[in-house]
Amino acid sequence: MDPSEIIARRVARELRDGTLVNLGIGLPTLVANHVPAGLRVFFQSENGIIGFGARPPEGMEARHLTDAGGGFVSALPGAVAFDSAMSFALIRGRHLDMTVLGGLEVDGHGHLANWMVPGKLVPGMGGAMDLVSGAKRVVVAMQHAQKGKPKIVPELTLPVTSIRPVSLVVTDMAVIEPTKDGLVLRERAPGVSVDQVRAATAAALRIEGDVPEMTLAA
Amino acid sequence: MVADGASVMIGGFMGVGTPERIIDALVARGAKGLTIIANDTARPGVGIGKLITAGAVARVMTSHIGTNPETQKCMIAGEIAVELVPQGTLAERVRAGGCGLGGVLTRTGVGTPVEEGKRTIDIDGRTYLVEMPIEADVALIAARSADYSGNLAYALTARNFNPLMAMAATLVIAEPDEIVPVGVIPPDSVHTPGVLVDHLVSRPH
Repeated sequence: MDPSEIIARRVARELRDGTLVNLGIGLPTLVANHVPAGLRVFFQSENGIIGFGARPPEGMEARHLTDAGGGFVSALPGAVAFDSAMSFALIRGRHLDMTVLGGLEVDGHGHLANWMVPGKLVPGMGGAMDLVSGAKRVVVAMQHAQKGKPKIVPELTLPVTSIRPVSLVVTDMAVIEPTKDGLVLRERAPGVSVDQVRAATAAALRIEGDVPEMTLAA
Repeated sequence: MVADGASVMIGGFMGVGTPERIIDALVARGAKGLTIIANDTARPGVGIGKLITAGAVARVMTSHIGTNPETQKCMIAGEIAVELVPQGTLAERVRAGGCGLGGVLTRTGVGTPVEEGKRTIDIDGRTYLVEMPIEADVALIAARSADYSGNLAYALTARNFNPLMAMAATLVIAEPDEIVPVGVIPPDSVHTPGVLVDHLVSRPH
């Protein structure tokens, strides 16, 4: 299975009924394709909407209806549009139940870096700092390693996004939960062993008993 | 009305909700040295991206330049000074500027490079950054509808920073998709009161 699909389908199992969720640009947006049946999830896009849906068929796009990446979306019944202050009041004001963000690095304290690579890539933080500082639950959805180089490291080498640790890290190899005592390996991807996860992780991992294989949303 | 060297707030998110006609006019007249305050710098050929390409911009306060390689190139070459501001902080700083508030206290950015050079305040055991208000000489606003008294209504995600910026600048110029008679926009549906808007730019029919 494609690594992105494993990650998206595992993150989708973190969705809860009736919650407000923000999906970051890129891999996290795939989570919306795997919402478990029977759940009603309110997706927010920080450019100012709750309740957006899939991209409309060609020719039916509305130029005033886009997501945070600038791509066309649709509005589901019950959708709400608002300005940027309201959008970030929802994010910072403890109204956002969960955010799913991509990551460049996560360290042993659960700190995330995802907004710049000094000297190489300076896109800017967009809404990422507010999302990590303010959402009730922060889930990082990222590949476990980048070209063989571990992205889960003892200490960040890149600028931190927020000093608040993230809640959960979901990769194509494992589910890892940052705790006060360090990173705990909670689950491993189908067909991946604990030793393989350890070998691909630069930070120390705690193991508490059996590490089950992750279950994926349909 | 927009002088060279002016500070200019421009509504829009990736060009959605950006007044394109006003931007085209600024490019056509060869505006120079502008300070742009905006969510992002869009893409080359779109919205604020046109001002970047035209060399009209000296400084940008924005949350994101990742979609415009020209902004990044100009920043690295030292032609444009870029101050990156977290998006929610940018929204609140503009709001504070327009609302007569002395600043914003936020947890966003504490302990990150955003904190550099800023004061912090501890309240009830939590550390907050002191973020200063932003005001500008001019705000360039895009709306769906305006009436002839300047009342504005926005459409969907084209609202974004527009209503905040319409509060925070000395001169407010709005470019609606359509201008309708007074009364057509019901009072409850007006997002920006017309008293805040100085000029309307109509679109050619």
